[in-house]
Amino acid sequence: MNDSEQTATAAQLPAGMPPEVVTHALAHDVTLPHGAGTMVLITLDNGADHHRPNSFGQTGLTELDAAVAAALGRDDVAAVGVTGKPYSFCAGADVTAMPYLTDRDQALAIARLGHRVYSRISTADKPVFAFVNALALGGGLELALHCHYRTVATDAPAVGLPEVSLGLVPGWGGTYLLPNLIGVERALTVMLANPLQNNRLLKGPQVLELGIADAAFEPGDFLERSLEWAARVVSGAVTVERAPVDRGPVTWGGVVGGARALLAARTHGACVAGERLLDLVESARTADPVTAYAGEDDALADLLMSPQFRAGIYAFDLVQRRAKRPAGVPAADPRPVGKVGVVGGGLMGRQLALLFARRLEVPVTVVDVDEAKVAEALAGIEADVRRTVERKRMQPATAQRLAASISGTTQLTGLADADLVIEAVVERPEVKASVFADLERHVRPECLLVTNTSALSVTEMGASLEHPERVVGLHFFNPVAVLPLVEVVRTERTDEETLATAFAVAKALRKSAVLVHDAPGFVVNRILTRLMGAVLAPIDDGVDVSVADSALADLGLPMSPLELVELVGPGVALHVAETLHEHWPDRFGVSRLLSAMVEHGVGGVWEQRDRNDPRAALAPPRLREDVQPLLTEIARTASADAPSAADIRAQALDAVTDEIGRLLDERVVEDVRDIDLCLILGAGWPFWLGGITPYLDRSGTSERVRGHRFLPPGAASLPR
Amino acid sequence: MTTNPAGAAGAAPTATSPAPASLRDVVVVDAVRTPFGRAGGVYTRTRADDLIVRCLRELLRRNDALDPAAVEEVAVAATTQTGDQGLTLGRTAALLAGLPRSVPGYAIDRMCAGAMTAVTTTAASIATGSIDVALAGGVEHMGHHPMGDGVDPNPRFVAEKLVDPSALVMGRTAESLHDQLPAVTKERADAFALASQRRYAAALADGVFEPQLVPMAARAEDGGWTLVTADEQPRPDTSMQALAGLRTPFRPHGRVTAGNSAGLNDGATAALLMSSATAQRLGLAPRLQMVSYAFAGVDPETMGMGPIPATEKALAKAGLGIDDIGLIEINEAFAVQVLAFTDAFGLADDDERVNPYGGAIAIGHPLAASGIRLMAQLAYAFEQRPQVRYGLTTMCVGLGMGGSIVWANPHYQGGAA
Repeated sequence: MNDSEQTATAAQLPAGMPPEVVTHALAHDVTLPHGAGTMVLITLDNGADHHRPNSFGQTGLTELDAAVAAALGRDDVAAVGVTGKPYSFCAGADVTAMPYLTDRDQALAIARLGHRVYSRISTADKPVFAFVNALALGGGLELALHCHYRTVATDAPAVGLPEVSLGLVPGWGGTYLLPNLIGVERALTVMLANPLQNNRLLKGPQVLELGIADAAFEPGDFLERSLEWAARVVSGAVTVERAPVDRGPVTWGGVVGGARALLAARTHGACVAGERLLDLVESARTADPVTAYAGEDDALADLLMSPQFRAGIYAFDLVQRRAKRPAGVPAADPRPVGKVGVVGGGLMGRQLALLFARRLEVPVTVVDVDEAKVAEALAGIEADVRRTVERKRMQPATAQRLAASISGTTQLTGLADADLVIEAVVERPEVKASVFADLERHVRPECLLVTNTSALSVTEMGASLEHPERVVGLHFFNPVAVLPLVEVVRTERTDEETLATAFAVAKALRKSAVLVHDAPGFVVNRILTRLMGAVLAPIDDGVDVSVADSALADLGLPMSPLELVELVGPGVALHVAETLHEHWPDRFGVSRLLSAMVEHGVGGVWEQRDRNDPRAALAPPRLREDVQPLLTEIARTASADAPSAADIRAQALDAVTDEIGRLLDERVVEDVRDIDLCLILGAGWPFWLGGITPYLDRSGTSERVRGHRFLPPGAASLPR
Repeated sequence: MTTNPAGAAGAAPTATSPAPASLRDVVVVDAVRTPFGRAGGVYTRTRADDLIVRCLRELLRRNDALDPAAVEEVAVAATTQTGDQGLTLGRTAALLAGLPRSVPGYAIDRMCAGAMTAVTTTAASIATGSIDVALAGGVEHMGHHPMGDGVDPNPRFVAEKLVDPSALVMGRTAESLHDQLPAVTKERADAFALASQRRYAAALADGVFEPQLVPMAARAEDGGWTLVTADEQPRPDTSMQALAGLRTPFRPHGRVTAGNSAGLNDGATAALLMSSATAQRLGLAPRLQMVSYAFAGVDPETMGMGPIPATEKALAKAGLGIDDIGLIEINEAFAVQVLAFTDAFGLADDDERVNPYGGAIAIGHPLAASGIRLMAQLAYAFEQRPQVRYGLTTMCVGLGMGGSIVWANPHYQGGAA
């Protein structure tokens, strides 16, 4: 960096890398108001529309560097500004190119290139402004952090440093600049807590509140107001004041230590990137930029070549692409859906009625057995809508539309003109089959008959119907409004139009659909139940509950098997387990503990604890008082050769591997990627596992159990 | 008065009664505009509605004593009301500007006098007490909406000889005006145009336009953002010689050239109007106080005559004569049309009272936007000249009309008229 005249040049590109969609740096002179002189305003623009945000590859970075260098070299320029094309500031480094990096030196070169380019900005002798007009992620936000001043548009929808979620760190200065700008606690919220919390991002006003931006302006005249503000900063009329950052070693160390404990409690070492981030942030308190950036370079180079990142980028691609264009959608035209019926007004039925009415914008009729149940269902829906409006997640006008479009009845005749009826009645096959049989007498022959069963055979439900070809499963996950996955279940007899309609409906409901051939438990419940069985069986056999339940902790799953039981409810978990046991008794057991929990109405095993309190999170879990009698009741006897935690872990992973293999062999899904997608979207399994099969491949489990990998080397892993 | 130009249209100005005393005083407290661009120039990639929204937001920001919810009408003019100038501009611009949904709006069209009509219409609503506060504006993106684009004149115009086809081409009406007024030669027209450029350049150097100009962010041809801070059209370096050499596109050996007419432009203007009492209550200083206004029709074939009867009518309503008027902002659609006006009222070609800061020949004329530009310049001139009591803004309008507003100077401190 000692030769400021020399601009950065692109390093040698790895072979096979797709051509870069270059984000250009378009420089124009602008005359600042108030006689503040000339600013060179650089617009980042990749020439594509808003569907493709700006991103940085080597050429783009090099162009930016040249533009900045040219501006800084001019005596007649008072300041430099950077902004983005409409609706996009910059989404950061082009991650799709990253899997093509084959050795650490290439990775290091990319890390260093970013630092060289950005450091020219932060060390510039003229003021440099970032006008964050819209989306700014990762390296895009880091570019803004290197600028001396920042404005943000109040409608900026997504600003953040989500690198950790992918298995990287904000390594182009973020780990150093952000804590030193807004304090370590807020910085860790942005760089660690948010990425691990469904990749939460900031909106414009929060960017200002957190102190990341110095000023916020409304979108109507964002750039003009930003330039006017910049002019007053340049002229000295405005002095930018920032909240002082507490750099005391006690505060800093305490915050980092607390974050480390929480991360350990939640991910048990699985989130390698999070730990590297904390190392960097810890040293950011005292490090000089050169040292800090060298540390970032090393961390980025290591992480870019880590298996967790390769799995993460595979998962990212599944969620960003495959989830939006599901495999197996038939070519047939979907039928229009102008009215929906929901049979069963319980908790699931209400959620479905609301979702269909809200997203399809069609009338929805809820059917239940008596007037009281109907009234209760409608009242429940209304209360749900009211809460959503109160939380400002819904416009009052939408609430009014929903109130007008959702009705209830006890008569199936009310569904005569429905185009789709979904049942959400009790999970008993004979009840569901009889609901479908009754429905068939009232609805039109092409009306879709849909089941939301979580494990039962869809084929059987339609077996005795006159028109079984219009039967299809749509398996939503609870809570329906939150979880993005829906398993679209086809039977041997489901016709193309029905299936196409099911996919079209799923898309209109803004759900990610995965095609599943009818088989007990479909994908997510089948894998989770097999995993759960591998943990619950040893408990029945006398293994310590906490030893068994934490046997898989180092995978960093969002919750332990018994926490999952509590979330879905022991009744549902037991029902699914029993259904699967009926089909495959040798692979699926029925836990005596689970049965006892259901029998005695015990909802969960562990005492509640505050997951955000590091001390509570790290403390060993405590059994609830009402669980001990259950353990006594199921007459556990500790045998001498009880499996260790390591045994349980190995058995569980072997079981999952075996079950995934069977799902593929039975062609329940056509592609292993759909299994990972289901686990990510339906069970929240982490990116660093890539769902699960990348992990099973890299740990050697799949080769040991199946004799071969699930994915070819390089697809979700480092090349050989 | 040596001529009776309105007579050519077959109707003498009627004797008009003075405005009733019970009406409320209406004032303009602020008027702004974007820099004007050339069609095909700096605003090629900028939407017309974004131009007017920028002006509306700036007015609200500058006059923050006014609660935006207190705005009771947003009237925005455009000549071609489709695409980015369609969808009832006054309403859409209000929503885009962030005004509360309770604020209504509408669109206006009187071609070149659009913004002027937005002002007179809302002012009339204020005067009669229907509303207290209004935003009035005009926009024309002649790059996106070339003159005459999409028009479909009724064949009866030609079949029944209601209007000569030349009346639809503004340059041809200007040539016809030269024919009708042989005293207005091409040399006089070019000299007036040169003076307009010179006066504009001097005013620009003096910072006359700074208070009224709202810098506009616009994307350049390559997509990069720029900030438009100055009018794009002026040619300060032109000369009589250069002007003499320009071609006459409307007639071989004609007199009307690109140099002595206004050009094709993109731009927007807006003004904040309210009752005098409201301005006083909010502590907003009036910059123009409306005295009277009038519109008049003339022969469409020589539409440039329009300002003459319109001004006579407005003066009559005000009970004033031309000698009472200390400042005149007349739109320079064509130099010949300004000279027709000055000749009609016995003013010299270079009268200091007429367009002291230059006019549309230098600045540009984005049709429906120009009316408020005249007001913004008159407001500045009033402030500089407290000895002037009354001023006039006037303009000609296609298809044979003129519009005039007589204004009183709130800074008037006595002395000469």
